[in-house]
Order: sequence, then C-alpha cells, then structure tokens
Amino acid sequence: MKSFARSYGPLVAIAVLAVLLLVVAPAVLSPFRLNNLGKYCCWAIAAVGIGLAWGRGGMLVMGQGVFFGIGGYAMAMHLKLEAAGPEGIPDFMLLYGDGTMPGWWEPFRSGAFTLFAIVALPAIAAAILGYAVFKRRVKGAYFAILTQALAVVFATLLIATIQETGGFNGLNQFTFFFGYNLYDPVNKKMVYSIAAGLLVACLVVVWQLYRSRFGELLVATRDAEERVRFLGHDPANVKLAAFVIAAVMASIGGAMFAPIAGIISPSDVDATASIFLIAGVALGGRALLLGPALGAIAVGYGRSTLSESFPDQWTYFLGALFIAVILLFPAGLASLFGKAWSRLPRRKAAPA
Amino acid sequence: MDSFTTPLLAGTATGALLLIAALGLALTFGQMGVINMAHGEFLMAGAYATYLTQQVVTNTDVSVLVALPVAFLVAGLLGLLLEVTVISWMYRRPLDTLLVTVGVGLVLQQLAKDVFGAQGDPVRTPGWLEGNIDVFGYHWPYRQMFTIVLALMALTALAALLKYSSFGRQIRATVQNRDLAETVGIRTRTVDRITFFVGSGLAGIGGVAVSLISGTNPRLGTAYIISAFLVVVAGGLGQLKGTVIAAFAVGIATSFFADWTSASMAQVATFALVVVFLQVRPQGLFVVRSRGLA
Repeated sequence: MKSFARSYGPLVAIAVLAVLLLVVAPAVLSPFRLNNLGKYCCWAIAAVGIGLAWGRGGMLVMGQGVFFGIGGYAMAMHLKLEAAGPEGIPDFMLLYGDGTMPGWWEPFRSGAFTLFAIVALPAIAAAILGYAVFKRRVKGAYFAILTQALAVVFATLLIATIQETGGFNGLNQFTFFFGYNLYDPVNKKMVYSIAAGLLVACLVVVWQLYRSRFGELLVATRDAEERVRFLGHDPANVKLAAFVIAAVMASIGGAMFAPIAGIISPSDVDATASIFLIAGVALGGRALLLGPALGAIAVGYGRSTLSESFPDQWTYFLGALFIAVILLFPAGLASLFGKAWSRLPRRKAAPA
Repeated sequence: MDSFTTPLLAGTATGALLLIAALGLALTFGQMGVINMAHGEFLMAGAYATYLTQQVVTNTDVSVLVALPVAFLVAGLLGLLLEVTVISWMYRRPLDTLLVTVGVGLVLQQLAKDVFGAQGDPVRTPGWLEGNIDVFGYHWPYRQMFTIVLALMALTALAALLKYSSFGRQIRATVQNRDLAETVGIRTRTVDRITFFVGSGLAGIGGVAVSLISGTNPRLGTAYIISAFLVVVAGGLGQLKGTVIAAFAVGIATSFFADWTSASMAQVATFALVVVFLQVRPQGLFVVRSRGLA
C-alpha cells in the first residue's frame, strides 16, 4: 500500500491539478481571469521543462525565453498568415516593409508544418547548442551565462528585424486559431483548455521521466558527473536529452502563449522574461514534480495582481523574491511541505 | 583603409570598456566562485556617480577626474554591502549566487529608475576630451582613447597590486588553494571582502567611461554585463592576461562584425564565435591547472 502511494501519489496530485485547471477553473473564473490563468499555464509548461533541466539535471538554463519565443513566434506567424487569408501577407509588413514577405514565412501558412516546427525547431536549436557545450564539458556557471547570452542575442535580433518579425512590437492581432475565431468566448475557453491540458500532459511526461532510468541517471549526473562517467555513461548525452526536452516544453508553452495573450513580443522572450520563468521554478521548488508548475502559476498571478495595483513596484517584488527564496528556501516553498510531511510521527520501518 | 581602421579603433575602445567591466568579474569569479550578475548595475552606479559629481563639481574639466575615485568608492561600497549581507551566506553555491545577484540587479535597476527617472541623464564631456584625432581617415574621438587609457591604468594598477603587494600575494594564494592559504594564516574571508570591494570598484571606474560615451541610463548595466561575462568565459579564470586578450578580441570582433553586417547581427556572430572558441578551449584561454576533476 505504501509503495503504491509513493509510486502513484504524484499522479493523484497531477489529477487533482487537472481537475482544478480543466473543470473547476472554467466554471468559476470570469473569462478575463481564465485567460490570465491560461497565460500562467503557458509559463508553467516552460517551468516544468526548467524543473527537469535545472532541478533534476543541475543545468541552470537562463535562456528558456529563447525556446519559448521560437514556439511563440512560430505559432504567431501561422496565426498572422491565417488572419491575412490565403495569398495575403501580414499587415505589419505593408506598414514597415516593402510589402513582400520573406520566403521563410511561406511554410508557416500550413498548420501542420507550424505544429511540426514548434517541436522540431527548438529541439534542433537546443541539440546544436547543447551538443557543442556539453560534449566539451562546459558546465555550471559557464553554461548558465551562455544560455543567458543566447536570450540577449535572440531578443536583440528580433528587435532589429522589424520588417520580418515585427520588431519591438512583436506579432499581435490574431483573429483565427486553426479556423476558430479567437473573438468568440467559447473558442477562447477552448484555447485555454488546450494550454491547461498540455500542462497536465507535460507533468505526466516528466513524472514518467523521473521514474525512469533516465531520470535516475539525470539526478546522478547532477550530483556527481564524474562518477557517472566512470560508470561508463556519457553525461553529455543525458544532459543533452534533458536540455532538448526542456526546450521543446518551453516552445510548446510559447506556442500556446501567443493565441492566449494575443501577442508575442521580444519582451516576452528576452533575458528578463527568462529570469522571470526561473523565479517561478525557484519559488515552487526546482527538483520537485509539481513545484515548478505551481511556482510559475503563483509568480504569474503575483505579476498580474501586483502590476495591476503597483505597476512600478513589480520589479522590486521579483528581485526581493529571488533574494528571499534563494537565501532562505533554496529548495523552494514546496519543500517546506515535504519537510513537514517527513516530520509527521509514523511507524518506524523495520530494520533491514 | 577606412573600413579597416574605423572598426579596429572603435572596437579597441569597446574592448577596453569590456576589460574594465570583466576585470572585476574575473577577479571575484576566479577567487570566490561568485557570479555577480549585479556587476552591470555597479557599472550603472558608477555612471550615476559621475552624473551626480557633475552636479556638485560644476567645472566639467575637473569633475570627471573627481568622479573617478567617487565612482570607485560608490560601486566598491555597494559591492562590499552585497558581499556582507547576501553573498557571504552562500559560498560554495555559485549558481545560487548567480540567481541572488540577478535579484539584486533587478532591484538596483528599478531603484535607479525611480530615483533618476527612466530616461537617461546626459553627462557633460570635459573640454579636454572633446574633439578627435585623424587616424588614417577615421576621426578617433578622444573619449574613446580616454577609455583605453583608463582601462590600461586600471589593468596596470590591478596587476601591480596582485604581483607586488602582500595583499596581492594573499589573493593569489587564496585563488590557488583556499584551504592551504588558510593554513598559513591568511584570513581568506577578509581577503574575499577586499577583493569584492576592489572588483566592484573597478566596475564603477568603467561606469565613468561609459557615462562619457552614452550618458546614464537605468538599463546601462545590462548592455555590458553579458558581453563582459562572455569575455570572462572566453578568457578563462585565474589569470589577468586571458581576460585582457579576450576583452580586446571580443570588442574588436564585435566591431568588425557590426561594420560588415549590423549591430544586432554582430551580437549573434560574437556569441557564435565564443561558443565555437569553447570547442577548442572549453575552460577559456588560460586555466589554472589543478588535479581536481571538477
């Protein structure tokens, strides 16, 4: 019985979360709040990936905004083209450019290609960077700095290419989501449900990964990379796999973010946005299953609420949050529950 | 000739700025394993110190020279405060210091925004830095030359401090082997604090140079911090010469890429260059060899 609780307890927790997100929330929240919750779910999807790479794999990924952005822009490009209609080109290109569309936009007319690109593009990008970095045993702070530099470079590139990507304004004003009118509240609810459903799916995937040999190898690599190498495994491959999965999850989060928020712009994907994602993971508990997702939702909620009432003070809160969490609860708030749980009086296990 | 000298000279000035910023980073990273993401905000503090000094000392010709020690002190004390209140709690947790200082950086940035306004303030250039010198068709501003002189002076002072003073010997001993240094009676924690003070102070000096080129701005630090970190990564830890070579290499390369393509493509190219370089030397240009596996 106990082993059953240990094995499937997390699954029950995921199921509870699924019911809350998919059944309770749509019934009780106003459309505006539900849409906001959808945004938090998108950040949470990216956060689940960060939990995998950072919490379990020890790789501090400070540039997940890049992969969030790849997914978000891929989706947004498709939605722009859908809004423009067949043969049409996005409005901003007429405004800022000479009215011609770059060739690499063309494939995104196809919904199937877009969905494929949302998974494939971040996977390829993460695989190339990860292969170059992990195989040469670049790790720790060096890796963190490189990923953050990537985020800075990515945002700069987006801002500079106003004719191709909308520049600082990003891409916005989407009307259709794969044929469904986004102004219809019913369809908005559907888009929310997809995002929440994807979050639950990612949690199940990560739960399964943590139970698998890969999950054990990942934790082993985090804690003692050299010993893993001595045992005959290549830690680089383990880290690479985790990094790629994290990138794909961030991309999926970004892809759902675009239709829910109605916009994707460089400020959603730059270094600060990436740090914002990290904050949620750190708050919730990076090595736990549900910690990153719940933390991301909490930080997202905090951001909306605080910037409604104190627009300027939000940055202070984010900064203070970082300092307080890392100083006082390095394992995250959720770890407090774990500690309380382990202090509960219980029968001692029989000596082995 | 023009298309060669222009990016070369402008890039050297950028490299000099990166050098001042990266020296402090490399010092604290190499010695304490602390990644100070708030270092860019210390740069910003130096810039604002220059601006404030100009409000007090109205003679522009003198104020910049007064601003140098003021900026060094302001940024250095900020660094000392950060070390004592936050970082000293988390030695041997380098990734955590990185995150905490990200938070500190955010707070300092917002603070500057609230106190001085989101728009930057102009910093007046002293008369003796106005003008330029004609080098093979490039009008090389004196301000850029001043940056280079400043960087070289900071470098010389730091190198002399490390090499000849007894405090410098203590720093080097701590970098090479902290436990042994403690065994021979060096107070490594005190050494750490002073190192942090000096490293942060150098960022303040960098801030003076930046303010002369682009004025002050709450987000000024973020523009330099990532490049400065790339310099540290590419240069390797523990030896100044790696940082020096990497700083000028990154500065000049970025400048040439920007000349050939655009400023944003130059950032992409520089980043790619550093990643490719790490394929050849994963630990950076120069490494302090150790028998450790990590």
